Amino acid sequence: MSRVSKPYEIVERALELSTADGCVVIADENSSANLRWAGNALTTNGVTRGRTLTVIATVDGAEGAASGVVSRSAVTADDLEPLVRAAEAAARGAGPAEDAQPLVSGVPASADFTDAPAETGSDVFADFAPALGDAFARARSGGRELYGFAHHQLTSTYVGTSTGLRLRHDQPNGTLELNAKSPDRTRSAWAGRATRDFKDVDPAALDAELAQRLGWAERRIELPAGRYETLLPPTAVADLLIYQYWSAGARDAAEGRTVFSRPGGGTRIGETLSELPLTLRSDPHAPGLESAPFVIAHASGDGSSVFDNGLPLAPTDWIKDGVLERLTTTRHSAGLTGLPVAPAMDNLVLDGGGERSLEEMVAATTGRALLLTCLWYIREVDPATLLLTGLTRDGVYLVEDGEVLGEVNNFRFNESPVGLLSRASEAGRTEKTLPREWGDYFTRAAMPALRIPDFHMSSVSRGV
Amino acid sequence: MAHEVDQSFLALPLRALADAALARARALGAVHADFRLERVRGASWRLRDARPAGTSDTTDLGFAVRVVHGGAWGFASGVDLTMDAAAKVASQAVAMAKLSAKVIAAAGSDERVELADEPVHGERTWVSAYERDPFDVPDAEKAGLLAEWSSRLLAADGVAHVDASLMTVHENKFYADTAGTVTTQQRVRVHPQLTAVAVDGTTGEFDSMRTIAPPVGRGWEYLTGTGWDWDSELERIPGLLAEKMRAPSVEAGTYDLVVDPSNLWLTIHESIGHATELDRALGYEAAYAGTSFATFDQLGKLAYGSPVMNVTGDRTAEHGLATIGYDDEGVEAQSWDLVKDGTLVGYQTDRRIAKLTGLGRSNGCAYADSPEHVPVQRMANVSLKPDPGGLSTEDLIGGVERGIYVVGDRSWSIDMQRHNFQFTGQRFFRIENGRLAGQLRDVAYQATTTDFWGSMEKVGGPQTYVLGGAFNCGKAQPGQVAAVSHGCPSALFRGVNILNTTQEAGR
Repeated sequence: MSRVSKPYEIVERALELSTADGCVVIADENSSANLRWAGNALTTNGVTRGRTLTVIATVDGAEGAASGVVSRSAVTADDLEPLVRAAEAAARGAGPAEDAQPLVSGVPASADFTDAPAETGSDVFADFAPALGDAFARARSGGRELYGFAHHQLTSTYVGTSTGLRLRHDQPNGTLELNAKSPDRTRSAWAGRATRDFKDVDPAALDAELAQRLGWAERRIELPAGRYETLLPPTAVADLLIYQYWSAGARDAAEGRTVFSRPGGGTRIGETLSELPLTLRSDPHAPGLESAPFVIAHASGDGSSVFDNGLPLAPTDWIKDGVLERLTTTRHSAGLTGLPVAPAMDNLVLDGGGERSLEEMVAATTGRALLLTCLWYIREVDPATLLLTGLTRDGVYLVEDGEVLGEVNNFRFNESPVGLLSRASEAGRTEKTLPREWGDYFTRAAMPALRIPDFHMSSVSRGV
Repeated sequence: MAHEVDQSFLALPLRALADAALARARALGAVHADFRLERVRGASWRLRDARPAGTSDTTDLGFAVRVVHGGAWGFASGVDLTMDAAAKVASQAVAMAKLSAKVIAAAGSDERVELADEPVHGERTWVSAYERDPFDVPDAEKAGLLAEWSSRLLAADGVAHVDASLMTVHENKFYADTAGTVTTQQRVRVHPQLTAVAVDGTTGEFDSMRTIAPPVGRGWEYLTGTGWDWDSELERIPGLLAEKMRAPSVEAGTYDLVVDPSNLWLTIHESIGHATELDRALGYEAAYAGTSFATFDQLGKLAYGSPVMNVTGDRTAEHGLATIGYDDEGVEAQSWDLVKDGTLVGYQTDRRIAKLTGLGRSNGCAYADSPEHVPVQRMANVSLKPDPGGLSTEDLIGGVERGIYVVGDRSWSIDMQRHNFQFTGQRFFRIENGRLAGQLRDVAYQATTTDFWGSMEKVGGPQTYVLGGAFNCGKAQPGQVAAVSHGCPSALFRGVNILNTTQEAGR
């Protein structure tokens, strides 16, 4: 088997082989490194390297264009022709695609399209791994067990189309999760970070933060279910708003089947969702949260269209000064709904105009409030209100008049992010955060903490 | 009809690559090495309102070498199907084991990886039970059937929109280890699903009704009359949806429940399946998926549920999604008890944790979702046994004065120790004096695992038993996905807490 060494050559060769009316070729060059640990010791680790080639063929017909998508890993030059033919056969067998649009054209080529892919490996942990080892030693002597996972991925994506697009995007994606437990596992605390390169994460600082929280947990306070003033930290706000973002498709709203549908028809665009001056936005060039500046769609679905591959992405305000501004669209669903083209992007930022850090919000608390660490196992209960359920995890702390009194039992919550935005009484300072629940899929977020006067804890969870 | 393993898979240099990798691992001092080459093809179709809305067809091909060396695991994977590459990946796996051993030593641990004994099986071939490979069916036929089904629903009164999807998987796995077990396996699975949506244009209220046909380890025949009556289910959905739109909102409180297998499978998955994974109980998933309330010290003692509760783990049920001949450690598929007469009596294990805990032979629950991932302890088919002389669903309902009959799964969530859960469903029927009395809306049931299973008064008979399941069970970091089935009868639970979800939302 012969190997074609450069991804751009594979893209060009596949495009040359195409006999369909249109063709999009996406080459993803992936590399990753990971470390996992439990009980202050490394458990598993690994490095991976791979390539996936996706060929999208479009075939024009009397009733509109059809599309066929075929992806294959570990592609060599010998595999290219069968792959292209398979995509063409799939397109011919598929029938007219409802999202058919002319393929995107007229976007200037990426300057690095012909360059070799970027690659990560175990070197990314060169400074981090020894620091983690030191943290294990400190944790052991301090009576803590550390569990967690460090993962770094780098994907170089090359997109070529029969309409002349030659685009490339390199996406680094790093996450660090650190969990500390007391040796009897009755107390547990968590901290997470998203990072592009592991140069900005400090295991010692995180371990110190967790040691403080395990200290808070030495005093245990049992509280029943109910509505409590609650401080949602940035990671929890991110998890709730990412789910809202995923549920913000314009077409579903226009069809009357989401929380953003207007009774009687149309969408809730233009409605005030929050009295706070909240702005929720995505921007491919947001500092530290950079994501693909053009559409990369390996398959069509509710929120994406393969015909949009290469479409440039612009900064978009989804909510502006508390008012719903945009719902996500493809070119197809924009046409269906009469709304602007606004494809979903791979980062999310909430600005609330607040200046306080979470610590300052704790200090400014009068009376009692719950301080959460993060949320877990979030699932949709009712799409009409976007009611979500889930659990608090790894630390609920009782705050009284600005001081942390101790740790409270965990709860199951039932809340809607849309409802929370309407009831939030304070937004803090926006900070980069790792969304714990959705971190396998969505890591680039910056959020403030939110103060909710009446967060609904539906029942007590004995889980730790 | 028994199938043979695909010639295109057998034509790959399976033995040559395995020999090269295992020889290198042995030469470098590994006490155990295994080689696994997989080709996994998955394809999906989506339709909205009977029109094609997206397809995918993805093939993942590669191999992995795992070794026990110096008391530690080492793992590496590769994609080049050459003997040089296979030997190199074996060397990388040994290097990873050496690195791990150093870290373990530096941490002051004397823990060594040792594997539970498993008979050497020699050369074995295993193919799952299916009639027609979905990948042998022309794409146009698949899309055509989904469009026709969608059109039927769309034509019905009160149906505003129809979503349809089909997922199909064809999996080939070759495994060889230094003990001499060599297995070549093939599995097929399918998951068709349709959802009808109703929208009240005036009030803006909307709701949906989804098919309850489970995903199964069968082929295309599942869509054409074998194992499920699609015509009958599709015919009933518009009427059920219309009734749901008109149904009153439930009054929150305590009710007796008759739970249909189409709903109960998911409660079993979350509150028994995951809770009896021994790696979780031991703490290996503590920072991510979580641990388990069913800790190892409670084996043989924990009152998991009422005396009518008998739960098995198996990798042998015909058409089960976790069913296979041999796992990714060369262990033959088995069936065993997890809960007997209400007491915790077993766990799901792999060879390392079986040895570590002194449980004897592994019950064969080590597997990976792709050639680039390391096998971890994953779920078997975990199933609730019916009562051999048990009642029909109708007769279970007949024993309830004021209650709710729960059908179809929808929303699910459970905590990190598997105590507190909350589930919704596709449809809920009020039970009054032993009879169904129309649907209810906005229902969720919320309970603690041992309270819930402790409140199970009766399990239905074999005539109520259905094998449910899912394609998308997640675990481990980096994340892996598994397909798993759960069989169960209908069952009667007394005094379960019912929430009204609109009240929960504060409306």
